[in-house]
Amino acid sequence: MTRVRIPPTLRNEVGGERELVGDGETVREVLADISGRYPALEAQLFADGGLAPFVNVYVGGEDVRTLDGLETRVNGSSVILLPAMAGGC
Amino acid sequence: MAANTLAPSLLDLVGDTPLVELSRFAPGPVRVYAKLEAENPTGSIKDRVAKAMIAAAEASGELEPGRRLLEPTSGNTGISLALVAKLKGYSLTCVLPANATAERRRLLELFGAEIVESPGEEGSNGAVRLALDLAERDPSYYMPFQYANEANPRAHYEGTGAEIAAALDRVDVLVAGLGTGGTLMGAGARLRESFPDVVVAAAEPLPGEAVMGLRSLEDGYVPPILDVSKLDRKILVSNAESVAGLRGLLDAEGIFGGVSAGAVAHVARKLAGELDEGVVVCVLADGGWKYLSADFWEADDVERSMERTVWW
Repeated sequence: MTRVRIPPTLRNEVGGERELVGDGETVREVLADISGRYPALEAQLFADGGLAPFVNVYVGGEDVRTLDGLETRVNGSSVILLPAMAGGC
Repeated sequence: MAANTLAPSLLDLVGDTPLVELSRFAPGPVRVYAKLEAENPTGSIKDRVAKAMIAAAEASGELEPGRRLLEPTSGNTGISLALVAKLKGYSLTCVLPANATAERRRLLELFGAEIVESPGEEGSNGAVRLALDLAERDPSYYMPFQYANEANPRAHYEGTGAEIAAALDRVDVLVAGLGTGGTLMGAGARLRESFPDVVVAAAEPLPGEAVMGLRSLEDGYVPPILDVSKLDRKILVSNAESVAGLRGLLDAEGIFGGVSAGAVAHVARKLAGELDEGVVVCVLADGGWKYLSADFWEADDVERSMERTVWW
């Protein structure tokens, strides 16, 4: 069971929940599990079989794009979803 | 900044910042060095970017006398551009999120910049959107736009990165804050040339909920100059961890850094802990002075006191 933190931007897709729990060994499996219950989420998270460009996914606080992408193993860490935001002051 | 030189202007004193070892903050077999970007003329790394972007625009003919500069910025880039604009005779308008700290606003005003506010809850994304809109409607504006301007990473390739490569005979990890991506892309590329196995690591802010109020993911933003595939690590840092890093730097080393400097130092120490030996370099983008009015210094709940602002 992996905890998945949902940003405000995506809460409409999941009935207002701030956090969900998903099953799976990898990020892809965990996100597929919760998307199965909230189909509106799937269109937001995925594009062309990969992650949508404006979604960042973190496992244990590290961006999966610099790990193994959607195949990153969750290993008991929690998952955080965030919108891509401009930084730089 | 070479000692004992007579500089024609402050712009000649941008860059050549010192590296200092963090042997008390991060003791152990791995040496950790901090590059002190607060030593630039206006106190931040953005002096490098502002100077380079304006020089490039003048050289290409895009920026001619009489045009007005416009830039979305929550502070440091605006202050740096204000210095360059003043010395080169341009006017400057900054689009600033309404919740930027008072010091930034005051500094921009003192330097003579005009301020346009964007909604605070939209963070930097809101400032970017509003500035792009203003520039489109009024062609007298010239917008350097640090998020998409190749002169930004180039300033770090030719400056920040080259300076680090010249100062050290070994670099295993480079840590910098992720904002526009300029430092990580430019300095990272330059360090890879000298040290092919260097790990380029981004410290990224975990934003408070109050500044994530985007309407939809399509309103998200990835800076065009940022290529995430060029990063080896990308690590979220909470506001509380950043402030703990900032306080640790001050307590252990006497370095008074800003919020992102605290985050970067936090990640540098963490990554140093993953190695048995080697050299970690972290780039501290600014000092703590522009954050003195913030609430987090004495807050019981640091995270809550910081959640309404994007800090870097």
